[in-house]
Amino acid sequence: MSAPIIEVKDLKTYFQTPKGIAKSVDGVSFSIPRGGTFALVGESGCGKSVTALSLIQLVPEPAGYIAGGEILLNGKDIISLTESEKRNIRGNKISMIFQEPMTSLNPVFTIGDQIMETIRLHQGKTKKEAQEIAIDMFRKVGLPNPEAMINEYPHRLSGGMRQRIMIAIALACKPDLLIADEPTTALDVTIQDQILKLINELKASMGTAVLLITHNLALVYQNAETVGVMYAGKIAEMASTKDLFRNPMHPYTVKLLRSIPGGKKRGKALDTIIGTVPPATSYPLGCHFAGRCPREMEGCATIEPPLAERAPGHLVACHLHDPEFMNKPYSKPIRQEPDKLSPLATPFKDREIILEVKNLKTYYPIRKGLLKRVVGNVAAVDGIDLSIRQGSTLALVGESGCGKTTAGKSIIQLIRPTEGEILFRNNDLARLGDRELKKYRSLIQIIFQDPYSSLNPRLMVKDTIEEGLKTLKPDMGKEARMKRIASTLERVGLVPEMMYRYPHEFSGGQRQRIGIARALAVDPEFIVCDEAVSALDVSVQAQILNLLKSIQRDFGLSFLFITHDLSVVEYIADEVAVMYAGKIVERNRTEEIFSNPQHDYTKKLLSAIPRIDESLVNAWKLPGHH
Amino acid sequence: MPVILATDLIVFFLIAMAVYFAIGSRKEGTIKTAWHELRKNKLAMLCLAILSVYVALATMDSIRWRDAILEESGKAALTPDGAIIYSPQALSVLDRVFSNIRTNTEKTYSTPLSSRQYSKESVEKPDGTIVRDYPILKYPGTHLFGTDKVGNDVFFIALKGVRTGIVIGAGTTIIIIPFAIFFGVIAGFYGGLIDDIVQYIYTTLSSIPGVLLIVSFMLLFGTSGYQGGLLSELNIRLGFFVPNERLFWLCVILGITSWTDLCRLIRGETLKLRELEYVQAAKAFGVGKLSIISRHIVPNVMHLVLITFVLQFSGLVLAEAVLSYIGIGVGPEMGSWGNMINTARLELSREPVVWWNLLAAFIFMFGLVLPANIFGDAVRDALDPRLRYR
Repeated sequence: MSAPIIEVKDLKTYFQTPKGIAKSVDGVSFSIPRGGTFALVGESGCGKSVTALSLIQLVPEPAGYIAGGEILLNGKDIISLTESEKRNIRGNKISMIFQEPMTSLNPVFTIGDQIMETIRLHQGKTKKEAQEIAIDMFRKVGLPNPEAMINEYPHRLSGGMRQRIMIAIALACKPDLLIADEPTTALDVTIQDQILKLINELKASMGTAVLLITHNLALVYQNAETVGVMYAGKIAEMASTKDLFRNPMHPYTVKLLRSIPGGKKRGKALDTIIGTVPPATSYPLGCHFAGRCPREMEGCATIEPPLAERAPGHLVACHLHDPEFMNKPYSKPIRQEPDKLSPLATPFKDREIILEVKNLKTYYPIRKGLLKRVVGNVAAVDGIDLSIRQGSTLALVGESGCGKTTAGKSIIQLIRPTEGEILFRNNDLARLGDRELKKYRSLIQIIFQDPYSSLNPRLMVKDTIEEGLKTLKPDMGKEARMKRIASTLERVGLVPEMMYRYPHEFSGGQRQRIGIARALAVDPEFIVCDEAVSALDVSVQAQILNLLKSIQRDFGLSFLFITHDLSVVEYIADEVAVMYAGKIVERNRTEEIFSNPQHDYTKKLLSAIPRIDESLVNAWKLPGHH
Repeated sequence: MPVILATDLIVFFLIAMAVYFAIGSRKEGTIKTAWHELRKNKLAMLCLAILSVYVALATMDSIRWRDAILEESGKAALTPDGAIIYSPQALSVLDRVFSNIRTNTEKTYSTPLSSRQYSKESVEKPDGTIVRDYPILKYPGTHLFGTDKVGNDVFFIALKGVRTGIVIGAGTTIIIIPFAIFFGVIAGFYGGLIDDIVQYIYTTLSSIPGVLLIVSFMLLFGTSGYQGGLLSELNIRLGFFVPNERLFWLCVILGITSWTDLCRLIRGETLKLRELEYVQAAKAFGVGKLSIISRHIVPNVMHLVLITFVLQFSGLVLAEAVLSYIGIGVGPEMGSWGNMINTARLELSREPVVWWNLLAAFIFMFGLVLPANIFGDAVRDALDPRLRYR
């Protein structure tokens, strides 16, 4: 391989905070060769994005600063450059695409203006030449009719198209390094597939090095040559993608891989990591993973493990692979978690149908004119049939905008459907008035996606949970209510004393548990989980999925699981309904859908999801003791 | 004989609210937690102390009564039908407490704390010669902020301005807030026809030039009202109540012209909040709309209300000055900082310059507006549980 385009040596990026110095990036080293893809993978807050911002010299000042290390671009250090020299590098030698295509383009300029601005700035071309390059780039990224596209405004384009434009802008100056920070997280899975293919093609033809930053391990598995697993500001493990997924050596990597849901793990609990990531202001002195590691030893918290080559081309920062350390007296283990996943099964039996949806239609009226007359309808849900059995999980999958959330809200009557029947134990909910519906409100509940907006920031946890009890179980006395709140909190894995706290004092995962407790407190029989784990990190997601499965087992609950994440579906659902443009195109048992999809759309969806080879799952073992 | 002005009700309401919060801070609940937070903030406590002094002054200036007119003999003068005759002047507690400086008037201008007049006069010396000199004041060294053109104590005028400032600032906002919250929240929460109607109202209101509306309104209602100074029997109802008061109308019109901004803000915020998942969750529990509004919507728009209150408060105190300047503000006989600034306009362009009128108005206004801002910020932070335990 040729000399690396970019070489990062012991990069340290710190932030000054009121609580002390946050060591967001604390000694990271890697290099990317021409035409290579290096993936930085890790959970939110581990320092991936700060690393990217450091590379492009855009660390938010004055709070943030580069405290040490070198960033060599083609052998030249860029940290010491002047601001104007740095500007010349940004967009020209190093460019970046961001997560959110909807906000990365300026809505008041045409996309042609925005790409030509970059070209003219860095390459000193005339307007005409720049336009030619722009059209050429648009053609390369596969935009239809590139000549006409030049004059389009961003709002007229879909998210996928905008991300293509962002890539076109980023690559217009033929940069040496492209940083893709979660480039597809906000996109649907079929679009994600196209975008990554596009990046790979362009990389091959232009010889650009790519730094792919993502939390999605499956994406890394399919798109990167080399992977660095980041944890708490440091790289825990770095190896070729093949090696890393075949033989993960760091306990964190193993844990992370084993917490990804998937078909192979059905009927078992997902692996979870105890505790939470420590704040960047107070990382442990030694290994940052100490305190959460399933194989922690006495010396781990105080002695820092070096990132060293422990197998050919495989770098790990863990004492377990250091024979010298293991011979020392402080290698005595202080935590030894079992290396097996415990069973967590709710066998799917043909039980009675608890909820049946017949020909459900939910239309949104389009109003126009001064008098706001209805001139038409948007058929968000256009005649769907579903049935959910007691104690089982039906997954409703589809891309954004297909109507799955509207369907879920229509079923529990948050939105009144336009037409159709919703039979809950043979009572048609759609036909009940608000007062009669109240009887059923406690039986049908909902859990939401965003753990931040699902709790009123001004109410204590106690008040949040109490609200439902007060409305739906008015006979319950205050004491009984408090008892119920405490026991529900305990059931979802929180401490009863936490009921006197406010939502902001909890982490995302804990908030999601509170959301579950709120629904659970009123004794529901059926819960709609609207993207309930989509906003969570994979290790937290695993905890919540385990919790959902265990409450399903204990209470015989039925779930309607609305999601776009097929690996979650494969893990948790008994049956799957695939939704496309307001209609259900395919409905079947989960195994059938995944092994033998019938509808073209289902096939397309399944082929687009990035997957880790399932046969590797059994190879993921925690490093043992000598 | 007590006299109650329409604006006194505003001051009493303000005090009632303060008492309500004081009692609330003793019981468990949001107010107690917020108070607990607030107490940790020393600067906010200092501001609260200053504000309390202002409110106390305003209160003292809002309790007033008319004395009976005494005959030479010391008995109350009676009308032919035997009723007691009261003085047309209703003196407030403040007037009576500061009776000394109120009545200790000089001839004309004098600088703060000086012992001599600001302009020369022919003064007869003990030896009988007449020289042109700065005469010694009647009450030398007692006028903290000097005296004005007719020899009134500027400090006392500024003190009288406190009530006007508080009434204009707090009174107007108290009039605004319920309307803005009510209309903003129902427009945002219910949407549809209600939203259209509310939007129609405030778009129409804000399309009328504010100053013109204020001028025409004040000419229509304000001129016939009580302007401060001596009471006329025409203004008094039930023997003690003065409903038609210029200052009150000023508050009303300032309220009418300034509630739309807050209403629009609240409507927008409500539109956002109503789609949030915790509101959806409450709906899924079948919680009533009113209780969703009171538990989930209103508390989460209160930060807007507080910010607007503080910003408007300062803005309104200043607006009073502008309106008095163009002659449609507070009556000339009612002490107000606006009137003081208005007179200072002429005094600053004379030679030698008379600067203490402006200085006094400035210090008093500054002393109210700055603590109000700081305290408002502190209250907002204290009410927001997200900012606690930092």
